[in-house]
This record gives sequence, C-alpha cells and structure tokens, in this order.
Amino acid sequence: MTSLFYKRAIEGILENKFLQGVTILTFALSILIVCAYLLFFINANDFMNSWEKGIRIMAYFGSDQHQEELENVKRKIQKMPGVQSVRFISKEEALNRMKEKLKTQASLLMDLKENPLPDAFEVKIIAASQRIGKIENLATQIKAIPSVDEVEYGRRWLNRFSNVLALFRLTGYALGGLFFMATVFIVANTIRLALYSKREEIEIMRLIGATDRFIKIPFYIEGLIQGALGGLIGLSLLFIPFKWIATNIEHSFSSALFPIRFFPLEVFLGIIICSMFVGWLGCYLSLKQFLEV
Amino acid sequence: MIDGGDNSSIIRMFHVHKHYGSKKALINATLDIHRNEFVFICGPSGAGKTTLLKLLYLGDKVSAGQIIVDGINLSRIPRKRIPFLRRKFGIIFQDYKLISTKTVFENIALVLEVTRNTRRFIEKKVKSVLRTVGMEGRINAYPPSLSGGEQQRVAVARAVVGDPKVILADEPTGNLDAESSHIIFDFLNQFYNRGATVVIATHDLNLVRKTKKSVIHLNQGQIVA
Ligand SMILES: Nc1ncnc2c1ncn2[C@@H]1O[C@H](COP(=O)(O)OP(=O)(O)OP(=O)(O)O)[C@@H](O)[C@H]1O
Ligand SMILES: [Mg+2]
Repeated sequence: MTSLFYKRAIEGILENKFLQGVTILTFALSILIVCAYLLFFINANDFMNSWEKGIRIMAYFGSDQHQEELENVKRKIQKMPGVQSVRFISKEEALNRMKEKLKTQASLLMDLKENPLPDAFEVKIIAASQRIGKIENLATQIKAIPSVDEVEYGRRWLNRFSNVLALFRLTGYALGGLFFMATVFIVANTIRLALYSKREEIEIMRLIGATDRFIKIPFYIEGLIQGALGGLIGLSLLFIPFKWIATNIEHSFSSALFPIRFFPLEVFLGIIICSMFVGWLGCYLSLKQFLEV
Repeated sequence: MIDGGDNSSIIRMFHVHKHYGSKKALINATLDIHRNEFVFICGPSGAGKTTLLKLLYLGDKVSAGQIIVDGINLSRIPRKRIPFLRRKFGIIFQDYKLISTKTVFENIALVLEVTRNTRRFIEKKVKSVLRTVGMEGRINAYPPSLSGGEQQRVAVARAVVGDPKVILADEPTGNLDAESSHIIFDFLNQFYNRGATVVIATHDLNLVRKTKKSVIHLNQGQIVA
C-alpha cells in the first residue's frame, strides 16, 4: 500500500517536470551557496586550530647575555604554567636557519659582516594552553623578564584571523537563515501550484472518502524527494570546484600547512537531511493552508 | 435531542432547510429512508434533488434541521470522521466527477485504494465491475475521450465498486438510451437485492412508473405528497 504513495508522488513529480526542475534547482543552488560557505568556514577553522597548535613564543634578547643569565631566564620560563619546553637558539643557529629557508637567495646574507640576529629562546606550549588568550598571557609574562627584549608569536595575525572568523560565523548564520526561508517559500509555492492544478482531483478524492492523510502523504514524499535530490545535486556541484581549488592549493603549498577537506560523511548526511526537512516544511505549510479550510 | 434510535432507518431528515444566499434550494424537508429500500427522488429541474443528496454526504451543510445517516448525526460529526461517512455511500454524481488525468481503471481503483485493499484484489474487482457495465474495453481510456453515456457507466462502476451500504445516484441514466438505462437500473437493482439501499434522483418519470418503487416528489425545494 505504501508503494502506492510513492507511485503517486513520483507521478506528481513527473507530471510537472518544469516546475519540479526549477524547485530542485533552487534547492541545489541554496545548498551550494550555504555549503560553500560552510566548507570555507570549516577549513578556515581547521587552519586556525592547526596554526594555534604550531605556535611558539620566541623570546629575543636585546644584547648578548652571560651563560648564567641565560640559565636563569630558562628556569624562570620553564616554571611558568603552560610551558612545555624551552630551547635556546643561538644567533648563529638562527642565521643558519634563515639561510636554509632562503635557499637560492642565501647569497644575500653572505655579505653580512656581522650577525644581526639576537639570541633567543623558543618556547613550546602544552596542548591544553594552545588558546589565543593563554598564549597572550604567557607572552606578557615572558616579556616582563628584564633581559628579554622582545617576544613574538604572531599575535596580530591570530587576532585578526579569529575576528574575521567570528564575522564569517555571523554572516554564515544570516545567509543560512535567509536561504532556508527562501527555499521553504519556494517549495511551499511549488506544492501550492501542484495542489491548485490538482484541486479537482483532490476534491473528488475527498468525495469518495479519502482521508486528509491519504491525500497528503504523496505530497510529503514529493517534498522529501525534492529536498534529497536538491541536496545531492547541490553538494555535487560544490564538490567539483572544491576539488579543483584543493588540488591547486596542495600544489602550491605543502599539504601539511593547508590540510583541506570536504565534508565528513556525518555532515554530508546531515546536510541532505536538513535539505529534506526544508522540503517537508514547505509541504507542511502549503498543505496546512490548502486542505484545512 | 434527536438521535439514530430507530434502527430500521438508514437516512432520516428532520425539517431540513438549505438556502444559497436568498435562493431556497430545500425547504423543510422531512423524510425517512429504510435500510434496503429502493427509492426515487423525483422532480423537475431545479427542484432540489441534487441539493438533497449533497446534504447526505456532507458535500454541503444544512442551513437548518438535522440529518441522521446510519445512526450518525451529521451536525455533530467531527471533521476527521467525514471520510468514513462518505465511504458508506457509493455516489453517482450528476456531472460524473471523474478525474480526467487518470484512466478509467485508476478512477475506479481509487475507491478501493482509499480503503487499503491489496493490489490484486483491486485489479480483480475493478475489472469485474467494468465488465458488468460493459466498459471493460475502455479500461485504459481517459474520461475526456469517452462519450457521455460511457462516462456515466464508469461513474456507476465507481459508485458500486466498494460495495457501499447506500447508493446515491443523481440522474444515473440521464445520458443513456432506453436500453442502456434499463441495464443500469437492473444493475443497481442487483445491489438492492443484495441488501444495499438505493436512492435515485431523476426526472425520468417513465423509468419511475415502470419500476414500481417508492417515490419522493420534490418541487421547488419542497417535498410534495
Ligand atoms: N451552489 C449553489 N449556489 C447557488 N444556488 C444553488 C447552488 N446549488 C443549487 N442551487 C440552486 O438550488 C436549486 C436546486 O438545485 P438542484 O441542483 O438541487 O436542482 P436539481 O433538482 O438537481 O435540478 P436538475 O434536475 O436540473 O439537476 C436551483 O435553483 C439551483 O440554482
Ligand atoms: Mg441535479
């Protein structure tokens, strides 16, 4: 008996291919836009997290210090909460590192008569403290040590990035809400048109004793199918440019620096279910209006 | 208060009025139709025959008065129960009310689908009913491609396919020649013989006279004699 409802739903979709096509396309586009945004957000968030994880505080000395003072400072830093390890990086080591990084342009450094870089401590932070607030706190404490001239940990960059992300999150909600309403409205409208074109049929069905449920179920199935198809198409449309961008980024940067991912399966299914829910809701609204007179 | 106390009646009307705006379609109609009765409702065009039938299956609400169908007071029936009231009836509508986008088979099958029958039963039953009204050859046709008389026969088939307690027929022979009329009449009479109640609205007085069944006369919305 349930197969009958599916049959009627599919007939309903096939009866008005154009309208159904437009609705499914609207679904797909809404899903595409919202999910592109979501995908960007997820990856930016990942990036931010991995960045926070890799973060180290560099404490630079203004002038050369005695071995004793260096040991002293090292001990002080090690005692601070949140510190995992402290490593001394001499100015020679720093210069070598720099040469290595610059590779071909290393000759630029050849002409230097004297090493302009300061000695430094590299402070690694334990995982639990890898939050921007705690890092900031620790940096201030280290800077308070008199012989430490300067600390550096990419604060500005991190702050700005996390602010941008917060803004993105907000606009994401607004955008999601907007497309949600627009899609519900469009689905409701398609179903309303379908109901209108079938009003004679529906009236006859009621006269021969069909319950509201019997009349409604195929429309609900129709809405759910529209949602599922729209969601699938939208995500497929998103996957193509995603793949392209991801490959390009991985070519130009090391993939360890930019680990880019598509939605995990749970999120993927969640999106399809949301999309189906939108189809159901659109249906519910128009049926409520149309049948309960 | 009125209720369905008298169990020998399947349809009772008490002082029923129906007006559409200022137009009085039915005036103070009181009648009593017994279980397994065969009755004609006769009257000229505009007398209120269709209106009377419509009130029975709640196609419209009374303006005043009470109707009881199979023990159910129609003015107190909850909305959700209306489909179940309608399943007691097999209705032949004056304008047939066939779904033009569905085939003859689908139109008739719908009655049985609503009551959740199996596919196999539906197929068998619909085919056998179509055979009795002589429409088995047009099983896959769409109603707009049928003649008036053919549509009428499909409408008759749909009305009886669910083995209803009461058959309400609004001009079931209006579009048929004398011979076909008699076939349809005999067909409805078979259901009467098997225990159904049959109510036929018509202005075909010839048919009424020949069949010697009880008659309710309607004129200008009023029951006469
Ligand atoms: N929905 C309506 N709105 C306004 N007037 C109506 C409506 N339905 C019926 N009427 C009027 O009520 C009166 C009775 O109509 P009804 O259809 O019951 O007549 P009838 O006896 O079935 O006639 P016929 O033999 O031509 O079918 C008519 O005058 C008709 O115009
Ligand atoms: Mg009439």
